[in-house]
Amino acid sequence: MATEEHNLVLILARGLASSVATPMVLVAPDGTIVYFNEPAEPILGQTYAEAGEMSRDEWLAQFVPQEVESGQGDLDALPIGIALKERRPAHRSLMITGADGERRSIAVTAIPLFARTEELAGALAIFWEEDQA
Amino acid sequence: MRARVWGCRGSLAAPGPETIRYGGNTSCVEVRLDDDTLLILDAGTGIRPLGLTVVDELPRTIHVLLTHLHIDHIEGLAFFGPLWRPDVDLHVWGPPSPLRSLERRIARYLSPPLFPIHLHDIPSKPTFHDVPDEDWKLGGALVRARPVSHRGPTVGYRISENGQTLAFVPDHEPALGVDLRSVEPEWVSGHAVAHHADVLLHDSQYTEEEYEQRVGWGHSSVVHVVTFAEICDVRQLVMFHHDPLHTDDELEAHLRRAREVHSGTGETPILAYEGMELDLA
Repeated sequence: MATEEHNLVLILARGLASSVATPMVLVAPDGTIVYFNEPAEPILGQTYAEAGEMSRDEWLAQFVPQEVESGQGDLDALPIGIALKERRPAHRSLMITGADGERRSIAVTAIPLFARTEELAGALAIFWEEDQA
Repeated sequence: MRARVWGCRGSLAAPGPETIRYGGNTSCVEVRLDDDTLLILDAGTGIRPLGLTVVDELPRTIHVLLTHLHIDHIEGLAFFGPLWRPDVDLHVWGPPSPLRSLERRIARYLSPPLFPIHLHDIPSKPTFHDVPDEDWKLGGALVRARPVSHRGPTVGYRISENGQTLAFVPDHEPALGVDLRSVEPEWVSGHAVAHHADVLLHDSQYTEEEYEQRVGWGHSSVVHVVTFAEICDVRQLVMFHHDPLHTDDELEAHLRRAREVHSGTGETPILAYEGMELDLA
């Protein structure tokens, strides 16, 4: 049985993500996390090998971003959701709870990835842990 | 379906005594479907001698499928005899670009100062098509084009007819930023084109040592192509897109290396050469 290949843009973005020391997450157009790199693992509190792909509902429940927790919104209010839905870059700071139970303050910048002008291949989110001070 | 290699050199035509066994013409493969539909994969310098044989069959419909527009894959187009015949129904397919149409991009080459005649003055008046996202029919074959990892918009082609599949990925760097053995097949560029192909004609431009100096140039090492073919469970790997600096003797050394790392799935790799015929019956 043939395996459906990911969009080439996602494949190349994964190549980039797996080669840099900056935490990165790759998301498919439906919001599924299809990859996160090793530098992202301590912030998310688990390894990609453990987590594998995560549907939007799974990762929203797993990481409990501030908006979901406080009832202020859902994926559409997060940079990744904005990048996917509004097809524009977005940035903000937020709190997440890692799979290890630790709460962390992070800043996230997400950009939409287009394979062609109209073809959204997914989104790439770059993030880092912010100073608690 | 039958295929014949008219050019398997990469980057630059390389005629001469040191390349005479495998040939110096750049990328071009003729594919004849069972209903005699004619597909031509790439328009490198190999398309010129192919055109000489096709002239006797005119008028007819011809489909030229371009993997991308680097010069070694289109430089023969202007010297393809049927291009100059008004009674030829010529269709040129190629990867879409977000910026310019396929016709406009090819016209950059087929126009002054690079060529004396402008594309719109060419008698056959070719019809240009962006390859579709979905598989489509040409004659009795189902054709698939998918983007693959190379510099600039580039596709690989998968042609299936009567249960046999030919895959053509002459310029491809699937190992860019990836350990091919460590990722699932769906994360391997070109997998959708090559999986379970009976024959795969694939980029094998570099030795392992050369690749280390040319990461990101868009090509594969011998080890990468063998690995890729094994991941895709290909029956017969045909090493293609030979570097213009590699002599026949060097290519045969690369073949020995390919067979050394080949783990036994599928048939042992072989080298493409001009005049090679592949019968997919």
